[in-house]
Amino acid sequence: MEPTRQDQRTRRRPLGPTFVVGAALVGLVVLFALISFVWTPYDPTRVDPTVRLVGPGAEHWLGTDKFGRDVFSQLLVGARTTLFVGFIAVGVAAVIGTPLGILAAMTRWRVLSELVMRGNDLLLAFPALLLAIMFGAVFGASTLTAMIAIGIATVPSFARLARSGTLQVMATEYITAARVAGRSTLAIAWRHVLPNIGAVVIVQASVSFAIAVLAEAALSYLGFGTVPPTPSWGRMLQESQQFIFDKPLLLLWPALAIAVAVLGFNLLGDGLRDLLDPRLEERR
Amino acid sequence: MSNSIRQLARRALILIASAAAASVLVFGFMSVLPGDPAEIALGVNATPDAVASLRAEFGTDRPLYVQYFDWADGLLRWDFGKSYVSETAVGPQIADRLAVTAWLVGAAILVALLIAIPLGTLSALRHRRFTGLVVSGLSQLGIAVPAFVMGIALIFVFAIKLGLVPSGGWTPPTEPGKFLSQLVLPALSLGLIQGAMLTRYVRSAILEVLREDYMRTARAKGASSMRTLFRHGLRNASIPVVTVLGLHMTTLLIGSVVIERVFVIPGLGSLLLDAVANRDLLVVQGVVMLLVIAALTINFVVDVLYVVLDPRLRGS
Amino acid sequence: MSTETQPTSVEHTVKPVLAVEKLSVHAGDLTLVEDVSFAIGAGERVGLIGESGSGKSLTATSLMGLLPDGVHSEGSIRLDGVEHDLVGATQKQFSGLRGRRMAMVFQEPMTALNPTMRVGDQVAEVMLIHKTERSRADARTAAIRSLERVRLPDPEKIARAYPHQLSGGQRQRVVLAIALANGPELLLCDEPTTALDVTVQAHMLDLISTGIRERGSALLFITHDLAVVATICERVLVMYGGRIVESGTVREVFTNPRHPYTQGLIAASDLETDHAGGRLVTIPGSVPPAGSFPSGCVFRTRCDLATDQCAESPLWTGEPERGFACWNSGEHT
Repeated sequence: MEPTRQDQRTRRRPLGPTFVVGAALVGLVVLFALISFVWTPYDPTRVDPTVRLVGPGAEHWLGTDKFGRDVFSQLLVGARTTLFVGFIAVGVAAVIGTPLGILAAMTRWRVLSELVMRGNDLLLAFPALLLAIMFGAVFGASTLTAMIAIGIATVPSFARLARSGTLQVMATEYITAARVAGRSTLAIAWRHVLPNIGAVVIVQASVSFAIAVLAEAALSYLGFGTVPPTPSWGRMLQESQQFIFDKPLLLLWPALAIAVAVLGFNLLGDGLRDLLDPRLEERR
Repeated sequence: MSNSIRQLARRALILIASAAAASVLVFGFMSVLPGDPAEIALGVNATPDAVASLRAEFGTDRPLYVQYFDWADGLLRWDFGKSYVSETAVGPQIADRLAVTAWLVGAAILVALLIAIPLGTLSALRHRRFTGLVVSGLSQLGIAVPAFVMGIALIFVFAIKLGLVPSGGWTPPTEPGKFLSQLVLPALSLGLIQGAMLTRYVRSAILEVLREDYMRTARAKGASSMRTLFRHGLRNASIPVVTVLGLHMTTLLIGSVVIERVFVIPGLGSLLLDAVANRDLLVVQGVVMLLVIAALTINFVVDVLYVVLDPRLRGS
Repeated sequence: MSTETQPTSVEHTVKPVLAVEKLSVHAGDLTLVEDVSFAIGAGERVGLIGESGSGKSLTATSLMGLLPDGVHSEGSIRLDGVEHDLVGATQKQFSGLRGRRMAMVFQEPMTALNPTMRVGDQVAEVMLIHKTERSRADARTAAIRSLERVRLPDPEKIARAYPHQLSGGQRQRVVLAIALANGPELLLCDEPTTALDVTVQAHMLDLISTGIRERGSALLFITHDLAVVATICERVLVMYGGRIVESGTVREVFTNPRHPYTQGLIAASDLETDHAGGRLVTIPGSVPPAGSFPSGCVFRTRCDLATDQCAESPLWTGEPERGFACWNSGEHT
């Protein structure tokens, strides 16, 4: 008997089902957004009192809302809004949070490091919704205030991650070697630290994107996010809530769209983590 | 021992310093608000004299730092000032609304824990089997649904289709039957979603613990798998779970703002949103500050719980 | 497939405490341990040596019924005075034996104790589980006595401490105290000194041999360190590729090794000059990954004496207590 053996460590890791499903769902949302740039069945903002609350059919695939606007068109453009808000919010958070975390881990001044991390903890007490409501109260609600609020509220998760990742990298021997070789701190951060923590930052970005989508939906529902006439899934829910008894489908479509986007980014994040760090996958 | 006390004192100091910093931030930020409260209250036709006297009455003619210390000093005595809009004291209003939100959030946490602990443990113990996969899948789906959508769906099914409970409103707990029937849907909306998220953390914490050497030591002592799990596993698994529980409670607290809107509940969230709509600056400022202090306090409690749960943090 | 490569019945003058026959351990299609048979008499001290990956830890783990999920054993494991076979025993049946009739000390003392439970409570627990002490208070007193017997200084204080407050050596003594608390008939030690400082190792070995002597326990001591076996054991089993390739008294095996693998081990460790750090460096090649050993003689890919005949599993030459499994060894000693 010549026993066969499959070494799981050396076997090339296939793309997991989590990654594939996540990427497919995110791809669907991106596709919606892209299509909306070149084509929508109707102008999503066109109010037409003659076709109010029409059911799904050949004319309006998913029907119309209380203003006679085409639901499918709104859904398509809503994907654009969602991705835009998520992208800017996560971008703001990653661009501010990651360097702060690296700074806190690499600085020689303990006071600075302590200050950054305490500030980070303080920021955790201001969740996205609260910040957005405050911004809305002072500047008036808009897509911009929502994006910035979500972005700022997401800074701590990137800062924490970057800090712990950097501390790990800094403990390795090649960093010591680079230091001995007289490399500047900035050069070490750029050449060694950033590429090493890049993977976890990308995973975090995907997960944060899901959270941003949820926050945007909630804010638009409350009237603190995207303002009319720009279509938004969250506001579609708010505008249709009064028809929950007669036209529950009007609520189902935007709810489904939100769920697909959030599920997609969450699964994509999990899948990426599995791909980038096999050790973690074994634990799950 | 004295080490633990020193740790606690340090944490308490951080809490106080953070609350002070937060109050400066909130106050400073709200002062950016365009428009003079006195002018807004009196309308465009007011005489300059009237505006000046109202300013003096509101105290907004004083320098900002004086106003800040006045406000912050009041906060310590649950005095949030007098609303510029309704001209009534803000403190009692907030207190009434806080009681409502506390019931809602408390019930939601209970729901979340009752879901997460048993389901998370179960799916960890069966993690390569059907049950584990089903639980993981359900929790993944639960996370993808915003709490307010869950609320709308629950209203649709249980209030509209089945007619079992009212679709919204609020009754104080002095009428327990009505109180509970109106509490159940909003508490479930928040709790189910949060429970789905927590389930994943409980699951991975238990999975982590199951691999630990001391679990094998316990088995080698002759402890049954149940005894091993309960006596050795759960306490160790609770340490990472408590971390996320703190963040989740903050999320729940803020999530209640949206849920109160869905279910027409007169809690802190509704007060906050109404105040923003009415440009009632002091109320907004007060509610925001209260929510932030609540979040900071939750963090503090989590830090203390750590030290209680994990002897390694107490130092020797 | 595997024929009579080793005698199946082990005759002993006294009834053995532990009798293992034709034990094999599988994970899916992989065979990790195959056809392992041996017996340990009451109070006897037996060493199980081999490189990492030879299956020695798996053998011990299957004796304790602590194999990981997806790994299962076949054959027969009998503990004296126990009606049922331990192979195929339920976890409930094992629970009654573990910590009472047989106990185990693991390799890694730093992680073997529960970090959130006081040391004294962890020792007391093993007596409460098996009801060898009636009350919590009795168990606590007995725990302090157990800690004293492994010569921990100030046992009352240690009992109140948490594991992180103790050194590695102290923690391993606590683990030993737990293992010996109920006076087991059989103590299994899996590389108990490997993770310890060299200065602490000798002391630990001393504690183990004193501990089992006082209680009349038998010992199965797993190590890759020949010097340690020479210090503590009377008899030795040499394991390679999931099989026992040679057995005998420590004196016989060390002075007159018959299997080429044992010869390599001993040549490599040079007992004379370096007593503490037996190293296995001069055997050519390396241990194949678990489950991918060659058919026939598992050592033939690394053996200088290998012939065509080695494609078949070698028969056991000699007695169960003293023998070896090699086709070519008789002429080459």
